[in-house]
Amino acid sequence: MIEFKNLHKRFGKLTVLDGLDLEIKQGGIFAILGPNGSGKTTLIKCLLGMVIPNKGDIIYEGKSVLRKWEYRNNLNYLPQIANFPPNLSVIELIKMVKNLRPKTSNEKDLITLFGLEDFLNKKLGNLSGGTKQKVNLVLTFMFDSDLIILDEPTTGLDPISLIHLKELIQKEKSKGKTILITTHIMSFVDEVADEIVFLLDGKIYFKGTIEELKQKTDNNNLEHAIANLISKQYA
Amino acid sequence: MLKILKYSFYDLMRSRWSYVYFIFYLLLGFVLLFLNNNVSKAVITLMNIIIVLTPLIGTIFGVMYYYNSKEFTELLLAQPIPRNKIFMGQYVGISLSLTLSLVLGLGIPFVLYGLFRSASIFDFSLLLVVGSFLNFIFVALSYNIALSTENKIKGFGYAILMWLLLAVVYDGVFLISLIFFNDYPLDKFSLIATMFNPIDLSRILILLKLDISALLGYTGAVFRKFFGTNFGMVFSMSVLVFWVIIPVFRMNRKLRKKDF
Amino acid sequence: MKYKILLFFLLLFSFSSKASQIEVCKSCKISTIKEAISIAQKGDTIFIKKGLYKEQNIIIDKPLSLIGEEGAVIDGGEVGVILVFETGNFTISGLKIINVGISYTKDHAAIKVVKANNFVIENCVLENVFFGILIEKSKKGIIRNNKVSSDNKNEASSGNGIHIWNGNQMEIYKNELFGLRDGIYFEFVKNSKIYENISHDNIRYGLHFMFSNKNVYHHNEFRNNGAGVAVMFSKFIVMHHNKFRLNWGSASYGLLLKEIYDAEIYNNLFEENTIGINGEGSTRINYTNNTFSRNGWAVKITGACYKNIFKKNNFLHNSLDLSYNSKINDNLFENNYWSEYNGYDLDKDGIGDVPYRPVKLFSYVVNKTPEALVLLRSLFVDIINFSEKVSPVFTPDNLVDNKPLMKIIHD
Repeated sequence: MIEFKNLHKRFGKLTVLDGLDLEIKQGGIFAILGPNGSGKTTLIKCLLGMVIPNKGDIIYEGKSVLRKWEYRNNLNYLPQIANFPPNLSVIELIKMVKNLRPKTSNEKDLITLFGLEDFLNKKLGNLSGGTKQKVNLVLTFMFDSDLIILDEPTTGLDPISLIHLKELIQKEKSKGKTILITTHIMSFVDEVADEIVFLLDGKIYFKGTIEELKQKTDNNNLEHAIANLISKQYA
Repeated sequence: MLKILKYSFYDLMRSRWSYVYFIFYLLLGFVLLFLNNNVSKAVITLMNIIIVLTPLIGTIFGVMYYYNSKEFTELLLAQPIPRNKIFMGQYVGISLSLTLSLVLGLGIPFVLYGLFRSASIFDFSLLLVVGSFLNFIFVALSYNIALSTENKIKGFGYAILMWLLLAVVYDGVFLISLIFFNDYPLDKFSLIATMFNPIDLSRILILLKLDISALLGYTGAVFRKFFGTNFGMVFSMSVLVFWVIIPVFRMNRKLRKKDF
Repeated sequence: MKYKILLFFLLLFSFSSKASQIEVCKSCKISTIKEAISIAQKGDTIFIKKGLYKEQNIIIDKPLSLIGEEGAVIDGGEVGVILVFETGNFTISGLKIINVGISYTKDHAAIKVVKANNFVIENCVLENVFFGILIEKSKKGIIRNNKVSSDNKNEASSGNGIHIWNGNQMEIYKNELFGLRDGIYFEFVKNSKIYENISHDNIRYGLHFMFSNKNVYHHNEFRNNGAGVAVMFSKFIVMHHNKFRLNWGSASYGLLLKEIYDAEIYNNLFEENTIGINGEGSTRINYTNNTFSRNGWAVKITGACYKNIFKKNNFLHNSLDLSYNSKINDNLFENNYWSEYNGYDLDKDGIGDVPYRPVKLFSYVVNKTPEALVLLRSLFVDIINFSEKVSPVFTPDNLVDNKPLMKIIHD
């Protein structure tokens, strides 16, 4: 479904992606992991067209995405930090995003799910970080797309919302969607992810299921398995 | 693009700063008119303010909006919209809301004062046109700076520096070089130097109306052609249009390679 | 019955009196003006009826009245002079005189007057002239209600509208003059009055004095000329209630004063001229109650002007109020209203508590480097003007209006 081919990206002298190859099949939850600065966000942003790779190609649903924009109608993205225009109200923002994407949406259920009814007419600038993140989630999940990309989705969420989020993710997965998640919360990965893609030094260092990772590192705890993975590299 | 424009405009029209700006001009207009009791004098004072302040405010607004809406822009970038449309929408939105504040803020007191019955109506409208141009130019320039500078503080610094350069330093260097090369014919040089600074260019446009009698005092043939006919007005206006087009063009070029 | 008697006496009177009227028309017995003049007696009236008379070099050597009917036109055919009066005590009225010949050696005119006293030139329309009315060595002439025009483009091939050389006690009023070299030109003319004329669109000056003393001009309008009025090498000229407007261009002034002494200039309006008043070697001149509005330079002092007094003038929105080319000042500025004055009046006596400096550093810079004019009203220029205001270095430091008025003066 998604194919990264020989992807290179440099920011100044810093090489972030160094000939990365990755193929992600349709369906399932993929956790993209790696130490800070390993290129997770860059990889996602390349896919979204926000970062332009120096070399290589990205294929989504059979077509290259470079310099295109229409393909984004079939993917949903949850950005890391939700900072919206402070003078718009929640409902205006939702309407605006709907307006920008000519696609049916089911924001009503999501608003009820996250308990945002009372906030609809409040200005975004007056919302707390957690509420903003809920709005962010509504915006991401309200469209029906084949690919969902979540960048640190758990930030600022209360336990109930976190449960709702997990449910949402599972529901989407059951519809046969592909979900990419970056996060540093290993328990969350352990709980939801089907497969792990581990990035290191701009390359794919490991790709496989959690079980495979645990076996490979001979470690039952995911967190330690990952730590093991990193330290092995530097050993 | 129109959708983005609509929302950026919407967002800005509700921001406190648009009101501050609007009220500032409103008060300025009233104070100038009702303290001076004279439209001509108000127009001259206003010109000094417009050519200095409008660029400064345009610059600050542009940079501020860019950096403050960075995350929101990223959200938009993930939507199925070409990126140049996102930025053009924002750019036009800011410029338009600033222009609206300017035109309404100054227009209301002048209309109330009886502008339509005054001979200064043409001078005044020219002032507003030039002010609007300056908004569009300086927002574009500041967007260029912001697009090229990741660091917010640096971006602000460069933007203010640019304003300072164009509003003050440029004219200082210009004047000193005129005095220094006094022995050479300088009329072409001085006109060309004027074209390279949008603030000077706007000033010249207004001078063409307010101070034409002084400008015609100089003997040079180039000056005479420039100031004595409509040529100067038409030419300056077209260069002003270029001052909008070129930064906008560069903005779009920069965007093609920009990472967010 | 009464009427018949009256009529009889009238007829008798007209026949018996010395003055008779001679009619000229195309179908009359007398069909040319020259013929009429040759048969006319001293004091006769020649009535020129409607029609086109192609004549030139008409010499009038006895006191006559030349009266034109409406539509009477004398066409000089661009050959030379048209009417020449070599006599005093004449009147010419109501004629249209056109097409005077251009010459680079002779001063051809539509109406030329030589050595005459007591004459009237009125209600005439002079078109396409070289010189319009040319008067030499004459006294007590009245020139009124005439319209003199041409469409000349350069100074060399054009003459003046009303040109007086060597005159005394002339009165020139309510004339309109345009498209000429100088509208009105005075050389060695004294004790004369010029008023209520409109002189516009002339190549050189609207009104020009050379070596002419003790004259007055008032309530005239000078607009769109090369320069409004030039007063040169003359003494005791009084100028008041005139309008000097829209004299644009390099070396273009509302009023040019050159080597003049003891003049009074009051209640005039100088509006939108490149230079309102240009003073050069003018001494003992009082400027009072004048209004300078939206000129490039309201007043430009270019050399050796002493003891000029500027009081109670309005300086409104001029690009530059005053320009001085030296550091020495012997002139007084007091009680003027300056629209750029930003001072305050705490004691409420109508006079600003802070002196005003009308000469800016920028005007000094522009004197040295004229191209710097493009920087007019720039922020940088405001900054240097301000610093000069605080501590004058380049401009005369005693050039100050110590009692600037807070309010505009209305007459």
